[in-house]
Amino acid sequence: MIPQQDSEFDSNCLKPYYGKLFPYADIFKWMSYGHDGKHPGCDQSYFGRREFSFTLNGDFYLRFQSYNNALELEKAIKEKCPLKIDIGPVYTVDPAKRHAYAQSDNNVFTPVERELIFDIDMTDYDDVRYCCKGADVCLDCWPLMTIAIKVIDTSLRDDFGFKHILWVYSGRRGVHCWVCDGKARRLTNEQRASVADYFRVYKGNENSHKKVSLMGAALHPFLATSYTNVLKDYFEKVLLTRQNLLATEERYEKILSMIPDESIASELRGKWQDSRRSSSAKEDINIVRWEQCKQLLQSGKHKSQGLRRCVEEIVFCYTYPRLDMEVSKHMNHLLKAPFCVHPKTGRVCVPIDPNRCDEFDPTTVPTVFQLLEELNNEGLRADVNGERSGTSLGNSVTLFRSSFLEPLQKGSKEEIERSYNLKLQQSKNSIGW
Amino acid sequence: MEVVRPQSHRNLFSSNDAVSAPTIPLYRSAPPLEVRLEDFESFAIDRLRVLKGISDGLSRGKKPDEMEKLVKDLWKMNMRHQHASEVLNKDIISHFVLRLVYCRTEDLRKWFLSMECALFRYRFRFLTTEAQRAIMDEFDLTCKAVNNVEFESIKEKLGQVARSMGQPSPTVDAIFYKVPFEEVPELVARRQVFISQGYAYVAMNQVVSLVATLFRSQLSKTLVLTNRKWTSSIREQEKHRLTPIVEALSSSYLGPDFSQPREYAEISLKDIDQVAKSSFPLCMRHLFDKLKEDHHLKHGGRMQLGLFLKGVGLNLDDALAFWRAEFSKKVGLEKFEKEYSYNIRHNYGKEGKRTDYTPYSCSKVISSTPGAGDHHGCPYRHFSEENLRAALSRMGVNSRAMEDVMDKVRNRHYQLACTLTFEALHGVQCDAGINHPNQYFSDSQKILQPKKDSAA
Repeated sequence: MIPQQDSEFDSNCLKPYYGKLFPYADIFKWMSYGHDGKHPGCDQSYFGRREFSFTLNGDFYLRFQSYNNALELEKAIKEKCPLKIDIGPVYTVDPAKRHAYAQSDNNVFTPVERELIFDIDMTDYDDVRYCCKGADVCLDCWPLMTIAIKVIDTSLRDDFGFKHILWVYSGRRGVHCWVCDGKARRLTNEQRASVADYFRVYKGNENSHKKVSLMGAALHPFLATSYTNVLKDYFEKVLLTRQNLLATEERYEKILSMIPDESIASELRGKWQDSRRSSSAKEDINIVRWEQCKQLLQSGKHKSQGLRRCVEEIVFCYTYPRLDMEVSKHMNHLLKAPFCVHPKTGRVCVPIDPNRCDEFDPTTVPTVFQLLEELNNEGLRADVNGERSGTSLGNSVTLFRSSFLEPLQKGSKEEIERSYNLKLQQSKNSIGW
Repeated sequence: MEVVRPQSHRNLFSSNDAVSAPTIPLYRSAPPLEVRLEDFESFAIDRLRVLKGISDGLSRGKKPDEMEKLVKDLWKMNMRHQHASEVLNKDIISHFVLRLVYCRTEDLRKWFLSMECALFRYRFRFLTTEAQRAIMDEFDLTCKAVNNVEFESIKEKLGQVARSMGQPSPTVDAIFYKVPFEEVPELVARRQVFISQGYAYVAMNQVVSLVATLFRSQLSKTLVLTNRKWTSSIREQEKHRLTPIVEALSSSYLGPDFSQPREYAEISLKDIDQVAKSSFPLCMRHLFDKLKEDHHLKHGGRMQLGLFLKGVGLNLDDALAFWRAEFSKKVGLEKFEKEYSYNIRHNYGKEGKRTDYTPYSCSKVISSTPGAGDHHGCPYRHFSEENLRAALSRMGVNSRAMEDVMDKVRNRHYQLACTLTFEALHGVQCDAGINHPNQYFSDSQKILQPKKDSAA
């Protein structure tokens, strides 16, 4: 379990972190999307129209900050030493000068580009995890996040055709996803909402019972693939036993309440109430009970539509990703920048490799304290790659560059080239006329 | 400007079946017609009746087939013209007048856009296949049909999608259109299309969504342009003629937006528990009770209740005190000031982009999507039957009225269900129906206040 810091950590720790470790140049390169180059198609104002926002010590919140280059960004962060850095959209005009434009009748200050973002938070899973609650996470519930990354990442790539996707640990109990393809950045709010809704199966709220309801004679290909490739295995091989989903009466009653056929539910209840006789000590009780449940629901005599779907509904309910919809739906939603330090845990928001997300362990993510100690031990040993490579942060920055930034820069350059040539072509044509 | 009379072949349209007229104009450019001033206004009002009717129908949760009939009737009733040849002109003129009326603010544009698109959508359905094809050609869609080779390779997936919607699998001669997924957001949102590598495969019977989206984006762009023209020249040029008409048209039909508290509604912090009991609609009462119980609400709930309270007349200082008193019990004073007070000031237009936010209307509340841990939304829509019954009986709805309410809920008439609840609790007819939580409140206060006054 990730221990809660007794008090919020001293913001003095952040000074050396921002001074020596924070990857300014990488963040700048990312947020420039190729416009920092020399190509005539580059828009030099691009980075400067991006909103940054800082949460400062002592309850100060600075919104609509903007910087023209990496150096300005670095200077501001070092000087203000924010507890948290949030990244907003790219606006039509420099957000720091928005008031000047607000005078005109037509408000031209409006967001034009923003990564498609997703925020998945463990607190939204409190009704399906028994190991911890609220802000805590442990290795028994973290697989829920692994599932979310796998399901969403696969669909973003295969269904929606996106390529430049960054997953980041939120520093405490969840993950953030940044989809950075040009097409994704230019989606309207309605289109963003449609993607978020595409991912949503969880329809219930606190006041209705059935949380997942799957209708129709077949599952949509996206749901079917997610189920067979990810959800089913994680439910049966990981969560069932790690969360002890069927071990006690209270817990199995929750699953029984999702079975629409009362006779099946009571048959299972009967079996499980005096299970000491029927279950052998060797086999895990959760697995035994799940097999019984599945067998009864899928057996020939109960072939009605609703019951066959019921097994899938239970699995979806306990495993399927739960997104914070509002974050994804609006262009101007802020999201914490990668490589920030979480103000409660001191952990750095490091990128997660979606191809190896099984191996990610939130409890071993470097904390700012640990990094500073490593920095001290490093002493004065000089290094061409800067001091970062001597600390545990080195790997994270390397991962950020190799799996995300470099392919993104290549893609961005091609896109700029393409749209520049297109413009050239169009202007040539118009001259011809 | 010259009078341009319609060509004689327009006589083909008969005023009685205007709805099934061979085609729908796409309103791409303003017509070179001379319009009489009284037609300018009366055509616009007629079209506005149609749009307002659609808006009411949608917010009452009418089902697609009911909407279809409604639109057909509304169009027939309002958009005919004594001269058959003028029907198409009336259609075009009324659209362009309203475009002028509704281009002027973001909210007006939004409303006009959704209503015109809903209208377009239903009219498109009434068209013959040839007329539909013609419109699809206008939008360059026909060339995007999926060829046989590609169809074979994804046949199975297309079948899966069809069956997930309870339809039979498509046959070989079925036509699908391959378009970027962004062009069919509503089909994507409902997972009603197969999507692969950024492209959505839209079946012929879903084409209406695609066409409607294209229509919408075209109209959305031109509305912004119209607005520019309006502010830069038209408003000034027409200061004595059209401008007053245009300005009067928008306000007369949208109803109050409740962003300013009504005179009845000034409430202070000490009365809030009492009025919550007597005059809050169930959606707000539930949030209020949950807040008192948990000392916390998630974002959606804070927005819905917070803006409602603003509309009810709680001033910023009282609002801060109210939320602080509850939240500090759970998260502590410091965290409240740090993380939550900003949002409350924001709602009152004191932070961020300083917009004075408007309380949510019923349609907004009904269309929200509360998730795990959320308490906002419309209880008539989002509660299970069991929970709704319990909540209603806590409010004091008797068992006979309860059955009427539940009946409306089953037919998805959520606002009517709320109206019946209002009537049951106040013992008074509410003919106008409930369209806004703040209207529920002010109507309730209007009934309760005089009683109190006379008692005192």
